[in-house]
Amino acid sequence: MTGWFTARNIAIAALLAALLLLPVFAELAGNRFLLTLFTRIVILALAATSLNLILGYGGMMSFGHAAYLGIGGYAVGMLAHEEVLTGFVQWPVALAASALFALIIGALSLRTRGVYFIMITLAFAQMAYYIIAGLARYGGDDGLTIYKRSQFVAPIDLSNKVQFYYICLALLFGSIYLIWRLVNSRFGMVIQGVRSNDLRMRAIGFPTYRYKLVCFVIAGTICGLAGALLANHTDFVSPAMLYWTRSGDLIIMVVLGGMSSPFGPLIGAVALLVFEEMLPFMIKLLGTPLFGEAAVRGAEYWQIVLGPLLLLVVLFARGGIVGLLSKVRS
Amino acid sequence: MNEPLLQVSHLGKRFEGIVATDDLVLNVAAGELHAVIGPNGAGKTTLIAQLSGQLSPDSGSIHFGGNDITTLPMYRRSALGLARSFQITSLFLDLSVLDNVALAVQARAGHSFHFWRNARAEPELREPARAALTRVGLAERADRPAVALSHGEHRQLELAMALAGNPRMLLLDEPMAGLGPEESVRMVEMLRALKREFTILLVEHDMEAVFALADRITVLVYGRVIASGAPNDIRANADVRDAYLGEAEAEGAGHG
Repeated sequence: MTGWFTARNIAIAALLAALLLLPVFAELAGNRFLLTLFTRIVILALAATSLNLILGYGGMMSFGHAAYLGIGGYAVGMLAHEEVLTGFVQWPVALAASALFALIIGALSLRTRGVYFIMITLAFAQMAYYIIAGLARYGGDDGLTIYKRSQFVAPIDLSNKVQFYYICLALLFGSIYLIWRLVNSRFGMVIQGVRSNDLRMRAIGFPTYRYKLVCFVIAGTICGLAGALLANHTDFVSPAMLYWTRSGDLIIMVVLGGMSSPFGPLIGAVALLVFEEMLPFMIKLLGTPLFGEAAVRGAEYWQIVLGPLLLLVVLFARGGIVGLLSKVRS
Repeated sequence: MNEPLLQVSHLGKRFEGIVATDDLVLNVAAGELHAVIGPNGAGKTTLIAQLSGQLSPDSGSIHFGGNDITTLPMYRRSALGLARSFQITSLFLDLSVLDNVALAVQARAGHSFHFWRNARAEPELREPARAALTRVGLAERADRPAVALSHGEHRQLELAMALAGNPRMLLLDEPMAGLGPEESVRMVEMLRALKREFTILLVEHDMEAVFALADRITVLVYGRVIASGAPNDIRANADVRDAYLGEAEAEGAGHG
C-alpha cells in the first residue's frame, strides 16, 4: 500500500496547486491570455464535471448536455438585455431554467434506453438550439453581447479578471466536492447500481426512474451554473454555446480525463483545451525542420492529429488519463 | 396458514402465438419449499418473470400475502417481500461484493433520497449485508469486486442478495445452474437451511436437488401444469414419467 502518495494523487494535487497559483504566474509572466484561457477551462471543466455525474456515475449517455450551458448562459444574457443586471436574480433564474429544462428532457428521455436515449437528448438539445437561434429580439443567429457582467454586492466584482477566475475555481471545486459526496451517498449508490444493472435494481426494489430523473436534473442545474459563468466570461452568448458539437466536446473531456472519477473531467478539460491551443504551435515547431513551409500550412489542420490521439486514449486507456495515472507506481 | 402465501390463478401469457403460460394454477403455502420443474421451454423462467413483475401476464391473477400483485411493478413486489434470484447471473459486476448486498438491504430501508452521508459507512446497511454474506459463506470475499468471483460464488452472492432484503418469500431461478458437483452439494445444504426460515419457490433442473429439498413439486410442460403434489406422488405419476422424467426419474430415485 502506497497510501496517499500514488502517482495519481500527486498529479491531481499538482494540478490543483497549479490552478490555484495560475493568476500569480500569469501576472509574473505578463501573459493575460493565460488567465483568460484558464478561466474558460475551469468553466468548461465545471460543465464536464456535471456531465460526469450522469455519464460516468449514472451511465446515462446524454448527447445534449451543452443545452444547459446555453440555457444558463442565455438566462444571464437575456436578463442583462432587459436591464436586469443583478446576479441575485440572473443566476437563480439560470439555475431554475436549466433545472426545468432537464426535468422535461429527463422525464421524456429516461423512459428510453441505449441509442434512443442518445438520440432523444441530442434532438432536444438541437431543438433548444434552433429556438434560441430564432429569437430575433435576442440576436438570433448572431448572438447577444452582454454589456455588463452580473452585478453582486461589493467587494464581488466579476469584471475583475483575477477575482472572476477564483470565483469560477471555487465553484468548480465546490461542485466536485458536492458530486463526490453525492455519488457515495445512498442516492449515489442507487445511481451507480443503475449504471451497473438497471433491471436488477428494479428487481431488488428500487423505482429507478425517479432516481435517474433527480440525478439528471442535478447535473443539468450544475451545467446551467457553468453556462451563467461562461456568459459572464465571454460577455457574449450565441446559439453556438448549445450546438451539438459542444455536447461532444464535453463528452470527450469526461472520457479523456476519466469517467466516474471525481477529478477526471477537470483533467480532461485541461488536457483537451491546452492541447488544442498548443497543437498548431507544436506542429509548426516540430514540422518546419522536416517539411519546411508545408508544416506551417499543415498546422491549420491540427485537428487531424487530435482525432487519432483521442482514439488512442479511448482504445488503450479505458479509465482515461486518471486510469493511466492509477496504473503508474509511484 | 390456511390461505396460501402465493396464489397464482389461471395465468396466461403468449409470445407471438407461442403459449408460454397456459391457464396456470399454482399455490404455495407459507413455509413450504415448492419446486417447479419441466423440460426446457416449459415456461419456468417466464413464470418467474411474471411472478416478479418483469413480464406482465395476458390473463389471470397473482396474489401474494393477500394482496393482488398482478399489475404491480417489480420494485413494489420486492417491497412486499417477494425476492428473486436470477438464472443468468445478474449482479452489479463493477461494484464490490459487499456493495451488491448492501444495495439489496438499502432497497428495503425506505427511500434512498439521502444525498450527503457516506452510504458505505452506514452500519445499518453494511451489517445486515455482512450477515447475509456470512450466511452464504462469502464473508471473506466482501471487499472484492463482484466481477472477480467464480461462477459458483456468483450463485452464492445471488442468494445473499435475495436474503439481505429480509424477504417473506424467495423466488429462486435455477440457483444450481452451472455449478460443479461439490458446489451443488454446498448449495443444497444452504437451501436446506434457508427452507426453515423462508417460503421458497424453486425452479431447478437438477432433479436430485429438487427431490431432496421440495415439499411439493409442480411439473410444467408447454406452460401447462401436468401434475402437482408431494415428491413421491410426482415420481409415481405416469404422465410425468411419459412427458418428462424418464431417465431423470432413475437418478432421483437413486438419491431418494
